[in-house]
Amino acid sequence: MNAVVNLPVSPPLPEGKAPLLAQLTEGLDAASLWWLSGYAAGLAGRTAVVLADQIVHPVAGASADVARLSIVYGSQTGNSKRLAERLAEQSQAAGVTVRLVRADAYPLRELIDERHLQIIISTQGDGDPPDDARGFVEFLLGKRAPRLPALKFSVLGLGDSSYPKFCEIGRRLDARLEELGATRWQARADADLDLETIADPWLEQALSLARESLKASTSKATVTALRPVPPATVYTREHPFAAELLANQRITGRGSYKDVRHIELSLEGSGLNYEPGDALGVWPVNPPQLVAEMLGTLGLDGEAIVTHGGQSLALAHWLGSKRELTRLTRPFIASHATRAQDAELDRLLAPDQAQALARLLSDTQPIELLQRTPAAWSAEALVAALRPLTPRLYSIASSQKSVGAEAHLTVAHVEYEDQGALRWGAASHYLATQDEGAKLPIYIERNERFRLPKDSSRDLIMIGPGTGVAPYRGFLQDRIATGASGRHWLLFGNPHFRSDFLYQLEWQRALKQGQLNRLDLAFSRDGASKTYVQHRLHERGREVYEWLENGAHLYVCGDATRMARDVHATLLSIIAAHGGKDEDAATDYLSELQRQGRYARDVY
Amino acid sequence: MSAHSVEDIKHDSHRLRGSLLDSLADPLTGALREADQVLIKYHGSYQQDDRDIREERRLQKLEPAHSFMIRTRTPGGVVTPQQWLQLDAIATDFAERGLRITTRQAFQFHGVVKGELKTTMKAINAALMDTLAACGDVNRNVAVAANPLESHLHASVQSQAAALSEFLLPNTRAYYEIWLDEERVDGSGEEDEPIYGNAYLPRKFKIGFAIPPVNDVDVFAQDLGFIAIVEGGELTGYNVSIGGGMGATHGDSETYPRIGDVIGFIAPNQVIDLAKAVITAQRDFGNRAVRKRARLKYTIDDRGLDWFKAEVERRAGFSLAAAREFCFDHSGDRFGWVEGEDGRWHLTIRLLSGRIWDRDGASHLTGLREIATLHVGEFRLTPNQNLVIAGVPAAMRERIDALTVQYRLDDYRRASPLRLKSLACVAFPTCGLAMAEAERYLPSFLDSVEGLLDQHGLRDAPINLRISGCPNGCSRPYLAEIALVGKAPGRYNLMLGADHRGQRLNRLYRENITEPQILAELDPLLARYAAERTPGEGFGDFLLRAGAIAPRESFPLELAS
Repeated sequence: MNAVVNLPVSPPLPEGKAPLLAQLTEGLDAASLWWLSGYAAGLAGRTAVVLADQIVHPVAGASADVARLSIVYGSQTGNSKRLAERLAEQSQAAGVTVRLVRADAYPLRELIDERHLQIIISTQGDGDPPDDARGFVEFLLGKRAPRLPALKFSVLGLGDSSYPKFCEIGRRLDARLEELGATRWQARADADLDLETIADPWLEQALSLARESLKASTSKATVTALRPVPPATVYTREHPFAAELLANQRITGRGSYKDVRHIELSLEGSGLNYEPGDALGVWPVNPPQLVAEMLGTLGLDGEAIVTHGGQSLALAHWLGSKRELTRLTRPFIASHATRAQDAELDRLLAPDQAQALARLLSDTQPIELLQRTPAAWSAEALVAALRPLTPRLYSIASSQKSVGAEAHLTVAHVEYEDQGALRWGAASHYLATQDEGAKLPIYIERNERFRLPKDSSRDLIMIGPGTGVAPYRGFLQDRIATGASGRHWLLFGNPHFRSDFLYQLEWQRALKQGQLNRLDLAFSRDGASKTYVQHRLHERGREVYEWLENGAHLYVCGDATRMARDVHATLLSIIAAHGGKDEDAATDYLSELQRQGRYARDVY
Repeated sequence: MSAHSVEDIKHDSHRLRGSLLDSLADPLTGALREADQVLIKYHGSYQQDDRDIREERRLQKLEPAHSFMIRTRTPGGVVTPQQWLQLDAIATDFAERGLRITTRQAFQFHGVVKGELKTTMKAINAALMDTLAACGDVNRNVAVAANPLESHLHASVQSQAAALSEFLLPNTRAYYEIWLDEERVDGSGEEDEPIYGNAYLPRKFKIGFAIPPVNDVDVFAQDLGFIAIVEGGELTGYNVSIGGGMGATHGDSETYPRIGDVIGFIAPNQVIDLAKAVITAQRDFGNRAVRKRARLKYTIDDRGLDWFKAEVERRAGFSLAAAREFCFDHSGDRFGWVEGEDGRWHLTIRLLSGRIWDRDGASHLTGLREIATLHVGEFRLTPNQNLVIAGVPAAMRERIDALTVQYRLDDYRRASPLRLKSLACVAFPTCGLAMAEAERYLPSFLDSVEGLLDQHGLRDAPINLRISGCPNGCSRPYLAEIALVGKAPGRYNLMLGADHRGQRLNRLYRENITEPQILAELDPLLARYAAERTPGEGFGDFLLRAGAIAPRESFPLELAS
C-alpha cells in the first residue's frame, strides 16, 4: 500500500528542501516512512549532542526564529549540562526546534531577540556561578542587560543546600529576568544534590510548555530515534559499573593529620573510557556503625519494612544505601525542629539566622542533631525526610594511556571525632574501608571544561594543592604517553613536607627524567608563617606571566572557597604587575584566557 | 659506591664544599645529592633515614624519611654544665631521640631534618663546640681516658689530646661558610691542606689516649694510640701503638679487625710531630684503590711494620725510644663516686648504650638537665658510653645523689657487671649499615644472658659483652669476651674469647645464629666457666685456657703485662 503524503502548507524547511522531501517520500511504503522518520530523528538527536559538545555559534539572524527554544546551561560538575541535554533531546523529539548552548558560548547580543529561554544553572561555593557561566551571569545581572518584554523564560537552579547561598545564581537570574520585563514561563525550581527529585518535575513541565508553544504544527507523530545499537550495557550514573578495587593505599606518612588514599579501580569489561580531567562517580554505602547509631538513637528497628516512593525496603537498607546520613539539610532541620518542638532550632530557620544555619549545616551531621535534640521519628517519616543518597565525584588521577582499563583516585578520607564519637564522610570512608577485591558501584562523569590542550606543544601550569593534585597525575601520564612537547609546571601544597607530599616519588622521578619541568611546593605548617600555593605563584609571577604569554594553559583544581579564590586574585595581580595592566585589563586578560579554554578550574 | 668515586668526590669537592649549599636549599627532597652525602660527613653529619618505615613509605609513594645524624667533635668528651644545657636544648628542639654518647666520647643527635640542619649546626657552635671532621676520611674525635682519679694527670693528657685534635683539623673554611654564614673570600675552595692534601685521607683515622691501668679507650683498637707512661706520679711520655682497627666485611678474608702494635716511646712534646708523621705516611701510602682496604692497619700489613715505622721516623725527624712497661687491668669504667687527688669527687653513672632520653618511665634527659643546672665541675663522656659527673665539691654530693635516685640515673648501683660493661652501637632504625638490631636489642639480650648467668651462679662475673649491628664494629665487638656481630635481622655471628683488657681479639665461634641458638651455645661454656675458672680468671681467658676456642696465631700483647 502506497502512502499519500500531504505536506503541510508551510513546512519549516529551508527554501528548496520541500520539493526534495516530496520527491524522496513519494511512493514509499509505511515501513520505509517510519524508518525515515526515525532516521531523521536520529540525525536530529546527533545534532543535539554535537551542539552540546562542540558549542555552536548560531548564524546571526537565525535567532529571529520565534518558534525556537533556547536552552542555556552553566555547569561545574556536569549535572546542569546533563539535564539540559536531556531537555534538548526530549524537546527535539517532540518536534521543537532547539538550540542548546553552554552559557559562555551564548551570543549575548542575541538575547534581545530571544523568545523562549530555559536556563539550567548551578551555584558554586559562596553563591558563585559555574566557571563557564561567569560572563553570561555578569551580563544579565549588569547594567548592559536589555529589556526583555517579549521573552518567556524559566530557570532551574542546581545547588547544595548545605551551603548558605543555596541556588543563589538561579534565584538571581530568575528575579533579574522578571525585572527586565520577561514573563516567567514556569516557577523557578531549586534542585539539591538529589537533583532528580526537583529537576524531574521541572523538566517535565518545561517539556510540555515547549511542546505547547513551540511544537511545529507539522509534526504530529511521536518519533523514536533510531540510534546505533549501543553496547549490551552502558554504565551510567543510574546504572553504575561494579568496579573491582585493585589498591587502597594510604599515601600520607606517619604524623600526618590527613588520611589520603590512593585508590585503583579496574574498569575491565565495563566498556568505560575516560579522558584526563574526567571525574569518577562513586555510589557510597553509609558506614554500618552510623546506621546502627541512628537506629539506636531513634529506637527504630532496622528490619522494619518501609515503603517510600513505590519501593519497599528494610529501614537499615534505606539508611545504608538509599539515604544521605552524613549531610544535614535545611528541610531535615525544619522537620526535626517541628518534631522536637525546639524553639531554638526553629529560630535558626529564620531569615536573619542564615549564618548560624550555615554553620550548623556545615559542622553538624544528622546523627548529632538527633542526639542533641531528641525527638520521635517514625521509620517512614525518617526515610521521607532524609535526602536521597547521591554519588560523590572524584577527579580521576590517571590516564588510560598509562594505566589501561584502570582508574585511579586520590581520596581524602574524612574521619574525625566529635565529642567522642567518630564521624565520617560517606564516600571517602566507604572507599577507605574497602579491601582489595571489593566491587564498588562507579561511573564516569565527563568534564569537558578540564581538558588537556589539543595542541600538545602547549605548556601547562597546574595548580593543585591537597587532593587537587589528582588530575595532574593523569595529565602528566597522558602527556608522557603521547610524547607531548609542551612543558609542565606543577604547584602543589599541603601541611607538611615529610608526611603530606602526595605522590612525591612520582614527581621526583618525572623531574629527574625531564617530564616535569618545574615543581613548586608550599608546605603550610612547616615554617613559621603559613605558605600556600598562591604565595609560590606570586613569587614566580614573572615566569607565570611569561608562560601565559607563551600560550600556556592554566589549571586550578581543589578547594573552591579559599584556594581557588586566592589563586584567582593572585593571577590578576600577576597579570597586572608583569603585564603592565590596570585592574580591568587584567580581568579582561584572564577572562579571555577562560574563554579560550586556557584557564580551567575544577574546584569543589 | 666504589672507592674510586669517593676519591673523586673528595678531590673535586673544592675543599669539602661540593654542592652542599644547593643540596640543602632543594625543597623537593629531604635528601642531599649523592656526592654531598659523602661530603657532609666531613662536616660531622650523616644522611640517614628511618629504616623502620622505609618500606611503608615506599608504598605510600613517599621518599624515605630522611634525616641527619650530627656528631660533635668533643676531644676526650669533656663538656661544661653550660654546654650540657645547650646540647640538651638542641636535642629537645631539633632531634628525635634525645642525646647519645658514642663509643668515641662524642654526642650524637639523630633525626634532624634537612631544613633544620643549619639551625642545629649553628646552635652547636653557639655552645662553643663544633662538628668539623667528626666523620669522614680525616682524624676523628680524639678519645681520652676518662680517668677520674688522677686529676692533674687527666688534665695534662686531655689538653695534649685537645691540642692534637685542633692541629689535625682541616684548614678548609667550607664548614664556616656553609653552616655559620662566613663570607667566602679569595682563595676559598683552594685552602692549603698541608696534612690532608687534595683528597684527604684514604679512610677514617682514629686516635686515642689511654692512661693505665684502665684501657677504657681501647687503645689497641685505634689507628694511633698513645699510652700514657707515668713515673713518680708524673707524665713522662707515651708508648705509641699503631695499626689498630675494628672494621671488617662479612665473608671477606682480606678484611679483618686488628689490634695495634706498640712501636716505641715518645716524649710528650713529640706527640704532634709523631701524629703528623703517621698520618701523612698513611695519606701517601694508604690504599686509595680499594676502599675497604684503606685503613692504616692494611697499609702496615701490606708494607710491613718495620718499613712503616722507619717511614714514620723519617718523617718525624726522630727515632722512637724503646717502649716502656705498662699494664692494663680492664677496659671498663669505674662506677660510683671516687675522690680525686684534688679533693673533688667524681661520679660515674651507667647509661645503657649511651642513650639519654625521657621514655619508658625513665627521665634521664630531664634528670641530667637538673644536675647540669647545679653542677659546677664538668661532664666527661666515657668511651664506654657512660658519663662522669666530674669535679663535684663534697658538699654537693648528696644533692646529686638524690637527683640520680629521683631520675633513675643510679642503675650503676644495682646493675650486674655484665650490664654495666655492655656496649652497643646504634644500628636500627637510623644507621644505614645495620644488618641487625644492636642498641634496641641490648636490653632484652642482657635479660636473657643474665638469666643464664643466674642459672650458673655467675651474676657477679665481670664478663664484657658487646653488640654491633654490622661488622664495621662501632661498639668494638672484636675486643669483647662475648660479642654479637649482626648478619641479618635476628641473626648474629657469635664471637668469643677476647680478654677484658682490650689486648686480645675474640674469634668467630658460631656463624649466623639466632638468640635461642646463641643462648644454647653459651650455656655449656658458662657452666664450665662456673665450675672450672681460677680466681679472677676472665671468661675469655678461661675459654682459651680450657681449649673451648683455638688461640689466634699471634697475640702481640698477650704477655706485655
